[in-house]
This record gives sequence, C-alpha cells and structure tokens, in this order.
Amino acid sequence: MSTNTEERHGPTGGSKRMSLRSLLIWGAIAVVGAVCWAVLALVRGEQISALWILFAALASYFIAYRFYARFITYRVLKVDDTRATPAERLENGVDFDVTDRRVLFGHHFAAIAGAGPLVGPVLAAQMGYLPGTAWIIVGVILAGAVQDLMVMFFSMRRDGKSLGQMVREEIGVVGGTAALIAVFAIMIIILAVLALVVVNALAESPWGVFSIALTIPIALFMGFYLRFIRPGRVMEVTAIGVALLLLAIIGGGFVDDWGLASSLTLSKETLTLCLVLYGFFASILPVWMLLTPRDYLSTFMKIGVIVLLAVGLVLANPLLENEAVTEFGREGTGPVFAGKLFPFVFITIACGALSGFHSLIASGTTPKMIAKESHVRMIGYGGMLMESFVAISALIAASVIDQGLYFAINSPAGATGGTPEAAAEFVRTLGFTISPADLTNAAQSIEEQSLISRTGGAPTLAFGISLIFTEAFGGGLAAFWYHFAIMFEALFILTAVDAGTRVGRFMLQDTIGNLWRKYDDISWKPASWSASAIVVALWGYMLYVGVTDPLGGINQLFPLFGISNQLLAAIALTLCVTLLIKHGKAKWAWVPGIGLAWDLIVTMTASWQKVFSDNPSIGYFKQRSVYQDSIDNGALRAPAKDMDQMQQIVTNSTVNGVLQLIFALLVIVVVVNAFVIWFKAVRAGGLPTTEVPHQPSRLVAPSSFFATKEEKEAVRRNEELTRAGDER
Amino acid sequence: MRSAVIRAGRGILWYLREATGEAKWHEYADRCRRQGVVPMSRREFERHRADHNEHNPQSRCC
Repeated sequence: MSTNTEERHGPTGGSKRMSLRSLLIWGAIAVVGAVCWAVLALVRGEQISALWILFAALASYFIAYRFYARFITYRVLKVDDTRATPAERLENGVDFDVTDRRVLFGHHFAAIAGAGPLVGPVLAAQMGYLPGTAWIIVGVILAGAVQDLMVMFFSMRRDGKSLGQMVREEIGVVGGTAALIAVFAIMIIILAVLALVVVNALAESPWGVFSIALTIPIALFMGFYLRFIRPGRVMEVTAIGVALLLLAIIGGGFVDDWGLASSLTLSKETLTLCLVLYGFFASILPVWMLLTPRDYLSTFMKIGVIVLLAVGLVLANPLLENEAVTEFGREGTGPVFAGKLFPFVFITIACGALSGFHSLIASGTTPKMIAKESHVRMIGYGGMLMESFVAISALIAASVIDQGLYFAINSPAGATGGTPEAAAEFVRTLGFTISPADLTNAAQSIEEQSLISRTGGAPTLAFGISLIFTEAFGGGLAAFWYHFAIMFEALFILTAVDAGTRVGRFMLQDTIGNLWRKYDDISWKPASWSASAIVVALWGYMLYVGVTDPLGGINQLFPLFGISNQLLAAIALTLCVTLLIKHGKAKWAWVPGIGLAWDLIVTMTASWQKVFSDNPSIGYFKQRSVYQDSIDNGALRAPAKDMDQMQQIVTNSTVNGVLQLIFALLVIVVVVNAFVIWFKAVRAGGLPTTEVPHQPSRLVAPSSFFATKEEKEAVRRNEELTRAGDER
Repeated sequence: MRSAVIRAGRGILWYLREATGEAKWHEYADRCRRQGVVPMSRREFERHRADHNEHNPQSRCC
C-alpha cells in the first residue's frame, strides 16, 4: 500500500469523510459505551451484571483504537509507508524479518502479557470494582497503549534500538546510565514478585505442585522431540504438550489416592529454594531444552484461556459481589495493601493500564519484524488494548467472589490467624460476614486444604475463574478449573522468570564485559554461570524476603513492584516526549505528556509515601523505626511472634525503603537530564536525532487488522508485478 | 458455506504455521528451490534457528 496509505489517510489522518454506514456503526458503539459507563457510574447499592464492565471496556477500546490511535499514528508520528522498515532493509531471516502484521501482533501480545494483568487488578479489587475499571480503561487509552505505540515507532525508526540505548543517545550518558541501572534493578524486583505469586499459590497445595512440577519434564520432552525426533514440528509437539499438561492437571486430583500428598505439600521456604534452583538451571541450559518449548506451551495456554474467559463471562453473566467503591479506598486501611485509593490503585494495577516493562519489548525485538510503518498502531496500541482486556477480565473474576471470602483469601496470615474461626472473626471486623464453615466449604469445593491467607492474587483469580467456568460450562468441575487456572498462571510466571533471568544474565555480562572483555562471551561457562548465579541470587533474596516477611510479602512488596514498573514507564514516556520535541513536534508533546505527567504524580506520591509516611503500615522507614524501638524496649509487636521476626521486619523494611528511594532517584535523574534536552531542543526548534533516513519501500501490505477493498487490490496488483518481474 | 469453513480452516492453519515459526522452513526450502540451490537438511536448519535464540533471549513481561 506504500504510497496509498498516506494518501488515503491524508496528512490529518482522515482525508476521506466517514461513510454513512461507518458513521452508524461508530455511533452505535459510542452509545453502547456511554450506556455501560453511565450504569457503572450511577448504580449504587444494588448488584449489577459484570457484563456492564466488559462492554464498557470493549466499546472504549474500539473507539480509542479507531480515533485516538489513528490520530497519534498518522498525525503525531506521521508514519510513512513509503519508508522501508528495518525488517525490509536489513532482512536476514533471523532477527530482522518481515512478518505478517497479524502474526507479529500475536508474537508481541504473547511477549507483553503474562501474569501481571491477572494479579494487579485482583489486589486492587479491595478498593471496589469502579476505581480499577476506570484506571484500566482510561489508563490504557491515554498512557499505556500510547507508550507502547510510541516506543515501538521510535525504536523502529532506529533499526530496533533498545530503550536503554535510545535514552543514552537521545537524552545523555547520565540519563542513559541511570536508565540502565533502573531497568536491571526493576527487572529483579519484578521477577521476585512474580515468583512470590507462584510460591503463595503453590504452598501447601499438593495438587498445584504436582501439575506445575510436571511441566518441567513435559517441556524437556518437547525440547528433545523438536531437537532430535522431528525437528521443527512445533504445532505437533505443542498439541502433545498441551494434552500432557491437561493430564497433569487431572492427575493432580489423585495425589491423595497415590499417597503423594504429604511429600508434595511443600512449605514456602522449600518452594523458594526450588524456584531459585530452577531459575539458575533454566538460565544456563541451552534454550531449546527448556525455555523454547515452555514458551510454546505458555503462549498456547495464554491465548486459549483468554478466549475461554471472554466466552465464559458472556455465558455465565455473573453478578458483581464487590462494591463500586469500598471504604478502604477512602480510609486507606485495606488489609490487602495499605494506602489510599490515590495513589495506590494506580500503582497496584500497572500491567493492563500502564506497564513500563513493555517498553523493553516494544523496543528491540518487535520493531525489527514490522513489515510496514503503519503497523505500529495495530501491534503497539492494539496489543496493549488486548492486555488491558485481560486485566478487565481479571478484575471481574475477583469481583464476582463473595467479598468475605475475598478478604479471607487476600489478607496476610498475621491478620487472619490462619484458622477458619479466626479468619471469619477478622473478616467480621472488616465489615463482611462469612462463617468458618463457609470458608472450609469453599476450600473443599476446589479440593484445597485451606483458602485462608492465600495471598498474591493467583488463588483468588483461580477461584473466580472456577466460579465463572462452572457457571458457564456446567459439569461440576470447580476443582479442575481452579487448578487449571493456577497452572496457567504459574506457567506464565515461570516462563517470565526463566526468560527474565536469562535476559538479566545477558545484561550483566554485557555490562561487566565493558570492563572485562572476556566476561561478555556468553558461551564462556565461568561467565555465564556466575552471571546467572548473581541474577538468581538477587531475585532469590528478594523472594525470600517476601516469603518470610511477617507483615505479608505481597502486602510489602507488591507496591514496590507496581511503583518500579511505572517508574520504568516514566523513563519510556520521557524518551517519547524528548524525541517529539527533538523532531520539532513540541506541539504534540502533550500526547505522551499526559501519561508522563500523571505517571510522575502517581509514582512520586507513592514513592514519597512509601519512604516518608509516618503511618507504619505505609512508610517503610517508619515501620522500621517502630519495630526497632520495640526491640530496644524488649517488647513484641504484632504480627511478629518473636524477636527474630521483629529483627526480620526491621531488615526487610530497610531493604524495601532503600530500594524504593533508589528507584525514584534514578528516574528523577533521567527526567532532569531530559529537561535539559527539552529546553535546548525547544529553543533550537528541534535537534538532530539518530533516526535512520528515508529509504523507499517496495513492500505492499494492508495497514490494520482487516484489509480494505483498496488494500486487497493493491496487494494483488503488487503480487502480479513481482511475478511478472520474476518471469522476466 | 462449506467453502467458507474450508477457507477459515486454511486461514487458521496458515496462522499457526506462521506464528509457531514452522513456515520458516518451508519459505527457506522454496527459496532454495527457486534459486536452484540444494537446501540444508531441516535438522540443520532448525539448529541454526535454535542457536540464534540461544544468543538473543526475548524477555517476557509480567
């Protein structure tokens, strides 16, 4: 479509008037969206269907994609389909590889979406369904998807440079170095918190441990099959793998009968050790053995479950048990995580609304495979909208559960006491009612020993999903669906953990390699082993801190995870603003600027509170001094049960507080460095950038999900020309 | 109706082949045939691809 796309959309992004038909369609979508939002905003005190949320989200996404994403793509960024993309110019069939837009959409989505959008919204449900819904939808449209789209575009115009490289070259060495350290540190925290979610989901759950443990031999089998038996037959081996996976979930139901229950009932500490060892071996083993096949399984499950969940929600049409806005939002006294609605809802939900980690994927791999420039809209913006949809589904799944049960599952063990009676009493003090018998029955319905204080979001989500699926598909398979959901969450997370450890190892080897050349050689065993060990030890330590924290690891660490993820987003959005100004488009700087300003306000407020608040349930250092004072006076403070735990709280709070402070400072360094560049660039009316000059493109491809008639015609004409050329 | 089902089935198969990377081998073999070159064996071809992945890990997000 090379030149045509530009003409068709015109310089303003819509030279053609909308036809009556599309006017009617978009009018109808807008009305559906407006009605859904009105219901969500106005109905109070009575239960409403979860589908109002689902359709409010879908209608908003469609409109944002059609209008705002198009505006950004054609008017702000001015994508130019006459320009050859790096994939076309540098095609080598390996990393630079022209890829069909729909296939690349799948790849990109599989890389950005994992357990994050499933966990955050579940925790944020303690504030009610409305704040989470509003932030997920508005956040993705104005910030998250904009970040993904713009970073992808700028990286594509620079032959797929990484975020760190771009910050160094376009903002400065100081900012670049700060960004590099921030990226590495943030990755460690993310890995630790994700691993913590798995540990919390699998602890004391022999069924879960059985199924997840079996994924390792299944992946190994697939790896050897692809390497030695039938190379390259990925679909075939994935089908076998998924079948084995389902058997592993079903088999988990029989661990009791097989007498394996007690040996598979693992404590959190044991699981931590297993995960650390797993992460280390996954990082040093060749990728074909474990990582690649696990990725096939995980991707297949990801897409399958998301489709199943969307269908299940519509069929089950569940009612929301959650309130629109709970008092915890106003008071900041929620047991799941401390702090008020502002800023803590906005950092608890990072993935699905605004996730800085995406900027690492949107720069680098994906831009090297884009066929036409205009595809960034569909892949960058569209891919993120899809992740946001996953987050909305998770929020719904958490909001259809009985709220007494929700708080019994998600409050830390120090608060619930761990027994049904104590948990029921604790839930009563929160203002909800659930009887001890109901708590036990809920656990029995999914064949778990207990659901009390199973924090981390995964068990809650799995319980919600099992409710929805049982309602939608019938058959009394609640226990199977619960473990199915636990399995896929754990699968995503383990994939993220092993890939992340490996990426971290490469980053470390690369960095140390600057000082000591040989260390950079990734096939040199002493380097690869020691770098893997360092990375694993770092996240393993944070994981251990979370697992053993008497105040509840999720309660303590999840805010750190959310804040650091969005601090990374602040770096990415700063880069986008910088590049727009340098390209002489300062008048459009507000497009990433809205997201940046909001993100800085939220993350800096949250960081400030986490560091300086004198409320010990929020401020890490206040927490530290309160417990230290008690130690000095020889007094115990709940929920610590002995002096060792008191000491542990002091250490953990100090570590968390220091990390929080460092992250915020690193981001401030990047932003301040960028300010200098903005000032210079605005005065000069633009500055040179590292953008690769225009080279003509010969490829023709439609620009969005569905090809228009004209686009199909252009593709056909181009094919004929190529064929004629070949014959000549 | 039947042709629509067949078309949809073909489309899905095409998508899966492309998405899993299976199509890479077929593209390569076709290219060799067009250029009159003897292709390497599929085993060797897939090893090359695996070696590449070995050195270029892609991170998976949360």
